[in-house]
Amino acid sequence: MQQLALWSGGTVLAGGAVASALHYEHKKKGAAHIKEIADHVHQLKINEEALSELQRRGREGIPGKRWIWVIDLAKCKNARRCMSACQQAHHLRPEQSHMNVLVMQASEHTPAYYMPKPCQHCDNPPCVSVCPVDATFKRQDGVVLIDNQRCIGCRFCIAACPYNARMFNWIEPLYAKEDANMEYNVELNLPQRKGTITKCLMSADRLREGKLPYCVSACPNGVYWFGDENEDVVTNGTTHETMRLSELLEKNGAYQLMPELGTKPRVYYLPPKDRSMPVKEEDKKIANEYVHHFES
Amino acid sequence: MNVANEKMVHDLLKPIGYGKGFLIWMSFLTVALIACLYAYTIQLKVGLGVTGLRDYVSWGIYIANFVFFVATSLIGMLISAVLGLTQIKWASPLARIAEIISLAFAAVAGLVIISDMGRPDRFTYLFLYGRIQSPIIWDVTVVTTYVVISTLLLYLPMIPDIALCRDRLTHVPKWQRKLYEILAVNWQNNEQQQRIIRQGVKTLLILIIPVALAIHTVTSWLFAVTHRPGWDSTIFGPYFVTGAFVSGTAAVIIAMYVFRKIYHLEQYITFDLFDKVGKLLVLVSLVYLYFNINEYLVPVYKMKHADAAHLHELFQGRFAILYWSVQLGGLLVPIILLLFKPMRKPLPLFVVAIFVIIGAWFKRYLIVIPTMQHPFLPIQNVPIEYQIYKPTLIEVAITIAPIILVLMIITILSKTFPVLPVQEVESHEDN
Repeated sequence: MQQLALWSGGTVLAGGAVASALHYEHKKKGAAHIKEIADHVHQLKINEEALSELQRRGREGIPGKRWIWVIDLAKCKNARRCMSACQQAHHLRPEQSHMNVLVMQASEHTPAYYMPKPCQHCDNPPCVSVCPVDATFKRQDGVVLIDNQRCIGCRFCIAACPYNARMFNWIEPLYAKEDANMEYNVELNLPQRKGTITKCLMSADRLREGKLPYCVSACPNGVYWFGDENEDVVTNGTTHETMRLSELLEKNGAYQLMPELGTKPRVYYLPPKDRSMPVKEEDKKIANEYVHHFES
Repeated sequence: MNVANEKMVHDLLKPIGYGKGFLIWMSFLTVALIACLYAYTIQLKVGLGVTGLRDYVSWGIYIANFVFFVATSLIGMLISAVLGLTQIKWASPLARIAEIISLAFAAVAGLVIISDMGRPDRFTYLFLYGRIQSPIIWDVTVVTTYVVISTLLLYLPMIPDIALCRDRLTHVPKWQRKLYEILAVNWQNNEQQQRIIRQGVKTLLILIIPVALAIHTVTSWLFAVTHRPGWDSTIFGPYFVTGAFVSGTAAVIIAMYVFRKIYHLEQYITFDLFDKVGKLLVLVSLVYLYFNINEYLVPVYKMKHADAAHLHELFQGRFAILYWSVQLGGLLVPIILLLFKPMRKPLPLFVVAIFVIIGAWFKRYLIVIPTMQHPFLPIQNVPIEYQIYKPTLIEVAITIAPIILVLMIITILSKTFPVLPVQEVESHEDN
């Protein structure tokens, strides 16, 4: 009898776990559907209802879009306008770089090059998988956002991200006082909050206005192409030239950052071939240190 | 009950009570704890920026401490359940010490993790918005379950002893007598009651094995589910579990030695018992050594790009001194020393156990920090303190606080209840 009780108890627990996991996955897919029901049944208390309008649409994304990013490494001269535009838009400290231009070198005799590195907005995002409270999430338009009203600051996502795309507000944010009365916009992640994560948002607020991301528009060298995978079209942030995405990738031998990890990044890189400017000597040294760090 | 038994019961109940030594020790712990809590208030006010943690090494000694706590708490499962269910009789007098250690470490582990949170005020979100896909939720679930089962596993077999306290300790303060009376739940030592306890304990002993395996396996998955070199390992679960038995056994040895000295239990915590626990420590250390060889030798053989940087730093780089001290001083040398019988006498074994447990703590440091120090992409465009992790004084104080808390719990429990199960010692003496 006791054994029976134990077994049935265990089964109920396991069943409950599976059911709630399925329920969550279903909820993720059917977010819009849930909203519909909630609109009709006002008495129904659903988490989504507790969220502000900015939060609700911020979590949903822009219907019909699949944002995609192409970064042409042959064009990057390390001007770093992207970095400063981004820091300005998101009120970041100088050491916080949603967009970070790195000096890279793969091995001893391969060349050094500059590589702007935003969040890769992975289609299989490790950060979203590990988040215990659904604070970081993947939208239907491909963008990975962070809700700093939900984030508990466990930093599991930082540990999980292989691209170092995530930053933490270790102390009071730069404009904490000035931004105190601002309504929280999850698409801009402002106001920033102490004890929570911040990350590249693909400038989701600008996308909603039909504009290109802050960093993309700020680039003076034509490094960035940005667009919609569904339409197969990308636009250059500097020249405003428009191209077929598939053609751009095909012609230039595009690649992704560490695709072997299975993260399915939404950012493509065009190889640093025929660079418009050589890498500075001191930057070469930095890149070389990095190679030696791995091969010593 | 004969005269010998009468003396034994007297000896085992004697340490109970809150004497001068207890008060001094507890005041010392309290003052130290307050100092550490003050450090935590600074962290609450300023933010985690008061620690040495930054965006690259974003998990540091708090997480290492958490892993150490969960690890050490596994010992109750090994001694009470694994050795208990397999009828290994010599270990049964140690079951209570092991359970006290388990309960103290597991209960405090939850607090350790809160000290690492950027927003501890949002702790309830784990229950309100918990996503079952996140290993953190698994960890919270199983650690809570483990604390409950460990509490029961400490309490249930102790009921006869509590009844003994209720009947014998008439000189203690009134509240304490009341406490015994309530906790003894009208124990009359009749057959029906004995049967209920026997069955209950047996169920718990079986239940605690998968739960204990789960808590440390899930804790290892906090690391193993990531892509990072040094963490991306399929043997992390058993590697952590076997390591847990090493630090837990060392903790039991330390407790045995201290209780034996301070509570004058020389006659009951015998040389023979130390000898046997010493052998147990050798056994679990050998198993752990085996997992260490697997964990380090296989990647060393291949030297994959990202692994190579990590391994170089451990073997001959910045972490080399710590790494070799831990692997040799905390694992290999203790194994060799304890093969010799004289080293398994109380004092030498105690000293070795201290080395082992310190090694065990720093082993967790070596598991958590170096990996974060070597991400896939280079660390650039950040100040120097972002590149190299150095724990701050405040951070160290906040790390010490839970250790003080554990000592307090162990002290109070061991001063309120007999640390050796009277019945078990009795049947031992009879043999």
